[in-house]
Amino acid sequence: MADTDEADAGRRDFLTTTTTIIGAAGAAAACWPFVVSMNPTPGVRAQGAASLPLDGIPPGAIRTVAWRGKPVFVFHRVPEQIAKADSSQGGKDPQPDAERVQDAAWLVVVGLCTHLGCVPNKTADGWLCPCHGSVYDNSGRILSGPAPRNLDIPPYTISADGTLMIG
Amino acid sequence: MASTLLAWINRRFPFTSFVRNELTDYPVPRNLSFWWNFGFLAGFVLLLQIVSGVFLAMHYKPDVNLAFDSVQHIMREVEYGWLIRYLHSTGASAFFAVIYLHMIRTLYYGSYRAPRELMWWSGQVLLLLIMATAFMGYLLPWGQMSYWGAQVITSLFGATPMIGEELVLWLRGDYAVGDATLNRFFALHYLVPFVLCVMVLIHLVALHHVKSSNPSGIDLAAKDNIPFHPYFTIKDLFGMVVFAVMFFAVVFFAPETFIEEANNVPADPLQTPPHIVPEWYFLPFYAILRAIPDTLGGAAAMTVSVLIFAAMPLLDRSSLPGGARYRPVYRAMFYLFVMDVLVLGYLGTQAPEAWVVVVGRVATIIYFSIFLLLPWVSKIEERWLRRRGLPTALQATMASERRQKASGV
Repeated sequence: MADTDEADAGRRDFLTTTTTIIGAAGAAAACWPFVVSMNPTPGVRAQGAASLPLDGIPPGAIRTVAWRGKPVFVFHRVPEQIAKADSSQGGKDPQPDAERVQDAAWLVVVGLCTHLGCVPNKTADGWLCPCHGSVYDNSGRILSGPAPRNLDIPPYTISADGTLMIG
Repeated sequence: MASTLLAWINRRFPFTSFVRNELTDYPVPRNLSFWWNFGFLAGFVLLLQIVSGVFLAMHYKPDVNLAFDSVQHIMREVEYGWLIRYLHSTGASAFFAVIYLHMIRTLYYGSYRAPRELMWWSGQVLLLLIMATAFMGYLLPWGQMSYWGAQVITSLFGATPMIGEELVLWLRGDYAVGDATLNRFFALHYLVPFVLCVMVLIHLVALHHVKSSNPSGIDLAAKDNIPFHPYFTIKDLFGMVVFAVMFFAVVFFAPETFIEEANNVPADPLQTPPHIVPEWYFLPFYAILRAIPDTLGGAAAMTVSVLIFAAMPLLDRSSLPGGARYRPVYRAMFYLFVMDVLVLGYLGTQAPEAWVVVVGRVATIIYFSIFLLLPWVSKIEERWLRRRGLPTALQATMASERRQKASGV
């Protein structure tokens, strides 16, 4: 190979481009540990279960239990409330009441408005969110207001001895 | 001795020339009104917030079990802790008051126009940074309003299509606002003001390059400029004293004005207060958020309502100098806009009843229409004004600018 003083412009461009791309990719990759360090830690993720004995809750009453730091409403519905919930499909996110409960007497929903996460307050016919005025019925279904979805239902089981296990 | 030392420094660092060019002899238009005081005041409040914040951080504990009590500890046990805390909480409101007045001045006199677009845009970045800092700082006392404010605003990111839920989880580091959230908000609340200082520096470098705007709206020649010192050092300090009288009146006699009562109750993740309102400086944007009956639409409208100010240099197509001063239609739109923002602010304090939603929608439409109609309105207005004949004062101003530019002064 003959020695030459002339620069190979094509080879320089190639080296500059690849160095830039690999350098940028490396810089982006270096950000990754910092980004994922902000994710929930295993300890936070493990707060996955909560339990509540149901026998102390009289018909018509409601208990709020914390699950993953969020409130969960446990609502012991009376027959009229069940009948009324059964007779409609809700509002903008229609769903039969039967799909939202395991036992029609017990409505278990995450007590955070699906709009921006405030805790709705109980009213006679359901819930009203104090932040932006979303109205839910006694099945936790959205009737009016800015919320897009019905109140979320957490995974739960009710054991034979009447204990609610959430998570 | 002193002059020897100065000479030694000046050979190695442009100390004397910097002070002369950027401070003492820096040329400023002689016709500035008190409306040109607010930039200096914003700098003063930033300094006040950083100093009081650093001292608060010496006693504050960013832990869900300790945060609320540590603020009470500052208020009751730390010597002058109450003063430092009230300076900081009142300072946040003062910061926004000063910044909003600064923006109103810019909008009224058209100071955002060429060649000051980068000043306006760096100012917009400053506004966003201040908003983020204020929002994160508001969580730190860990009261009910702190908690639910953070819960609502972080939930807004859940409206992002596709990745909303994961994004909120990542932002909070927990399923709901919790210990991880409080810790990172504290870290960032301490960090962002220093980023802000860098941005302020950029804002000032741009200012010293293009120089201050002035009420006439034209670039004044050297003969109409006067040195910053002593004229504007005195004027700015006088403005600062007037500001300080009002500021300390709040700090000493009504320090709870800007602290929501509900925030004196420790955060309870299981119970939202019956009526939650954001701090006054977010109210108009909050009213816009509530006016849209859709989570994503509301979040998008609120974001755009803040960002849209940056488009002003592009939207305003009039070439008449002096902003609203010589432009009656623009002036009318300006006052309509200010009133609309006040109405939105009032609606933001009200519970979301039916009439609030309806009026909120009308006010939101007016808010955006003013911006979006401006390109046409400003063009038509200019054509109309020129056909009607410009006022003699304005013609004289424009002629003098032309002369000065031609003679290259």
